[in-house]
Amino acid sequence: MAEPTVAVEAPVAAGGELLPARQVDLWRAVRLGLVGGLTAVFVSANGMVLAFSKRALLGGVTLGSLLLVAVPLLVGYLAGRPPPVLQGFATPRPGWRNLAGGLLAGLLSGVVMAVFVTLIATFDVRRVFINVTPELVRAAPRLLTFGLELGAGGLVLVLTLNAMLGAVAGTLQLLGERWRRAVFAVALWVLAFAMLQPFVVQVLRGIQAELRIWTAPLAEFLYEPSGALSVPGAVAVAVVAFGVDALLTREGRRPVRTRLEVLPERSRRLLRLAVLAGLLFVLGLLPQVLGPFLSEVLNIAGIFLLMALGLNIVVGLAGLLDLGYVAFFAVGAYVTALLTSPQSSLGVGWIFWAAVPFVVLAAAVSGLVVGTPVLRMRGDYLAIVTLGFGEIARLLFLSDWLKPTFGGAQGIIRVRDITVGPIEIGGPQAFFYAIFCFVLLATYVTYALQGSRVGRAWIAMREDEAVAEAMGVNIVTAKLSAFIAGAMLAGFGGALFATKIGSVFPHSFSVIVSITVLVVIIVGGMASVPGVVLAALVLVGLPELLREFAEYRFLIYGALLIFMMQQRPEGFIPSRRRAQELHEEEVPQDAWLRTQTTMQQEAAPAGDGRSETS
Amino acid sequence: MALFETRALTKDFGGVRAIDGLDLDVDNGEIVCVIGPNGAGKTTLFNLVSGMVPADEGEIRFEGRSIMGLRPSQILELGIARTFQTVRLFPEMSVRENVMVARHCRTRSGMLKAIFRAPSFRREEKETRQWAEQALAFFGSRLTGWRFDTPARSLSYANRRRLEIARAMASEPRLLLLDEPTAGMNPRETQELTELIRRLRDETGVTIILIEHDMRVVKGVSERVVVLDYGQRIAEGPYADVASNDRVIEAYLGRTATTA
Repeated sequence: MAEPTVAVEAPVAAGGELLPARQVDLWRAVRLGLVGGLTAVFVSANGMVLAFSKRALLGGVTLGSLLLVAVPLLVGYLAGRPPPVLQGFATPRPGWRNLAGGLLAGLLSGVVMAVFVTLIATFDVRRVFINVTPELVRAAPRLLTFGLELGAGGLVLVLTLNAMLGAVAGTLQLLGERWRRAVFAVALWVLAFAMLQPFVVQVLRGIQAELRIWTAPLAEFLYEPSGALSVPGAVAVAVVAFGVDALLTREGRRPVRTRLEVLPERSRRLLRLAVLAGLLFVLGLLPQVLGPFLSEVLNIAGIFLLMALGLNIVVGLAGLLDLGYVAFFAVGAYVTALLTSPQSSLGVGWIFWAAVPFVVLAAAVSGLVVGTPVLRMRGDYLAIVTLGFGEIARLLFLSDWLKPTFGGAQGIIRVRDITVGPIEIGGPQAFFYAIFCFVLLATYVTYALQGSRVGRAWIAMREDEAVAEAMGVNIVTAKLSAFIAGAMLAGFGGALFATKIGSVFPHSFSVIVSITVLVVIIVGGMASVPGVVLAALVLVGLPELLREFAEYRFLIYGALLIFMMQQRPEGFIPSRRRAQELHEEEVPQDAWLRTQTTMQQEAAPAGDGRSETS
Repeated sequence: MALFETRALTKDFGGVRAIDGLDLDVDNGEIVCVIGPNGAGKTTLFNLVSGMVPADEGEIRFEGRSIMGLRPSQILELGIARTFQTVRLFPEMSVRENVMVARHCRTRSGMLKAIFRAPSFRREEKETRQWAEQALAFFGSRLTGWRFDTPARSLSYANRRRLEIARAMASEPRLLLLDEPTAGMNPRETQELTELIRRLRDETGVTIILIEHDMRVVKGVSERVVVLDYGQRIAEGPYADVASNDRVIEAYLGRTATTA
C-alpha cells in the first residue's frame, strides 16, 4: 500500500563498503559498573534489602537478595550490549567483548559493594544511616554477604558473584534475538509468579471454591509453605513460559490485529461478542474468586483508575498539565458525604444515587472555577497554579471557617453505602461491581469524546494552541470543557471513595493523590486507555498487595518516572500515534541499514526486533 | 463595496512600526499578491487580519463589518481563513483529522451529544468527514486514500503546505490568506500550485490574498500586486506596472548611487 520509497544516498564509499563496526565500549562498562555498585549500596543503605528479604521467592532467594543480584545482572547485560549500529557502519560480530564488558561492569559493582560492606563492618554508621542495621553484615542473616562472615569468604563471594553474574548477563548478548527474548520471558514469568504468590494462591483457591474446578492443589504444588515458589513449581512455570513465548514468536506468525482484519465482518462481530461475553463472565466472578482482600485492592486501584481516566482527558487529550486534580476528587467526596450522611451539617441522609447529580454539578462547577482563572496560562505556569488550587481545596475543607459545613479535621462520618433497590452494597466484593460500572462508563466517555468534534478540538489545542484558535476552535470553551469533563470523572471517583471508606477527612486529599494519578497516566501512556488501566493496576494495586513496597512506593515511582522519561516517554502501552512520533528518527536509518546487513549476512539468525510501519 | 478593507491600520512592536497606516481594499473574487522585502510587515498584516495579534489603531472591515477585537475563531467563522509561513499543522493528528478540525466552527454538537451518539451527532460527523475528504481531494491523489490516516508530520514538505491549504479551505472561507504557499517547493510543484490557486478561486469563488517571494508565482497568479515596505503601501497595480516601479526596485535593491 505504501509508495515505493526513494533510495537515499548513504554517506559511504562507493561499492557499499561499510566502516568497521563499533565495539562494546569498555569505558561505558566501567561507568555502568560504578553506577550499578552505587545503586546496590543505595538500596542496601536505605533499608530496601532488609525490608524485602522477608519475602521468600524461590528456595533461599528472597526479594532482598534478588535486589542485590539484579544489579550485576542488569549492568552486565547493558555493558555487554554493543552500541547502536550507525548508518554506514558494519554490525559488530558478537564475541568475547560482550562477555568482557559484562564481567567488567559486574566486577566493578562488586568492588563498590565490597568497599561498602567492609566500611559498615568496621565502622558503625547507624547514627547517620539508621537503616544500616547489623543484619546487613554484622549479625546473623548477613544479607549483603549472603550469610558468610566477612573474613570467611564474604568479600570474595561478593566480588566473584557480582563478576560472574555480570559476565553471564553479558554473554546473553551472544544469543540471538529470539533466544534472548525467551530468556527474558522465562525470567519475568518466574519472577511474577514468585512475587505475586498471595494473589496466585488466592485466585487458585477462589476458582476451586467458585467453580469446583480442582485448582487448589495446584497452589500447593507451586508454592512451599513459606510462600516461596517450590522448585518443581518454578520449573513448571519456566516451561510454560518458554512454550508460550516460543508459540508467540514463531516464524511467520502474523500479529493478531492483522489476522483479525482478514476475517469477514460477520465473524469479526461474532468474535467480538464472544470476547465481550467471556470478559463479562470473568469480571462477574472476579470479586468472588479474589476474595475480600484482593477485591479491596482492586477497588482502590479502580478509584485511582477512574481519576486517571479523567486526568487523561485533561492532560493527555487537551494537554493541560493539572497538578491540583485532587481538588475535584475532594469535591466529589465531600458532596457525597454531605448529602448522604445523616450526621453531616445538612443531615439529609439521602441515598447515594440522589447525590450523584449534585456530585456531577459540583464537580462541573469546580472545574469551571479552577479553569476560568487559568485560561491564559500554559505549561509550567498552569501546573504551578493548579497545584495551588489543589492545596487551597484541601485547606478549605480543613479550615475552621468552613468547619460548620465540612467538619474541619473531624470530617464527615457515616457516609451511606450505595444501594441498588433494597440491596446495600457494603463489602468490597459487592463494591467492585459499582466501581467497575463507573470505570466502564468513564472508558466509554473517553473513547466517545476522543473521536468527536470536542475531542478533536482538545487534541488540536494540545498540538498548537494558537493554530487551533486560528482554525476555529474556541480555546476558552475547549479548555473549560476539558476541565469540566475531567472534574466530573474525578468527582465520581470521590463519590465512590467516600462511600467505600464510609467517611471523609481532609487529609485524604493531599497533593500526593494528584501526583500518583499523574504518574499513572505518564507511566501507562498519555491518551491511551489500556495503558492507564494497566498502570493503575500495577502502580496502585501492587503496592497495596505487597505491603513491603508501600514504604518505598514513592522512591520506586520516582525511579520509574526517570526510567520512563529516558527510555519510553510514550508510556508502557502508548497510543499508537505517540509511539511513532517519539521514536521517529530511528526508523529510516535502521530501515536502510537492514537492507544492507540482510544482504550480507543472511545466515545470521537476526530476528526482526521491531516491525516498523511506513 | 470591497469585500475586505483596512483603514489606517497600524501596529507597533516596541519601537518598530510593523504596519503603518495601511489602507487596503480587496474586491470579491480577486487574487491579490502582497510582496515586499523582508520585514516589510506582510506576515504581520496576516496576523492582524486573522486576529492572532491585536491591532493598535485603524480598522479592518470584512463584508462591511468591523472585525476588530474578535477572537481568531470568530474571524474564521465569519469567513477568513489563513495558512502559515512556517507550516503549522497538528503533527500528531491524521491528515483527515487536521482538516476536520477546521470544520469545528461549522458544526455544533457538544460533549453530551458525542457521549449519547445522538443521530444529529452521527450525521454531523459523517458530513465533517466527507467535507474533509473533499477538501483533500482537491489536490488529486496526493492527500487521499491511505494518506487520510497517516499523521500529518509524516508528509513531505510540499504536501504539508497542500494540507494547510486544504485545512483552510475546509472552513468554507470567503477570503483566504496564503502566507508564502510555495516556499520550499521545487519549480514543478511551484508551477502546479500556481495553477491550483487560480483553480481554487475559479471553482469556489474564494477571494485570495497571498504573500509571495517567488516572482514567477506573483506574475503567474496575481491580478493585482500590493507592495509593502516598512509597513506602508508603496505601490499597487498589475504585475508589469509594479515590477517597473522605481520605488519598488529601490525597496528591493536599495537606492542606486547615481540617483542619490
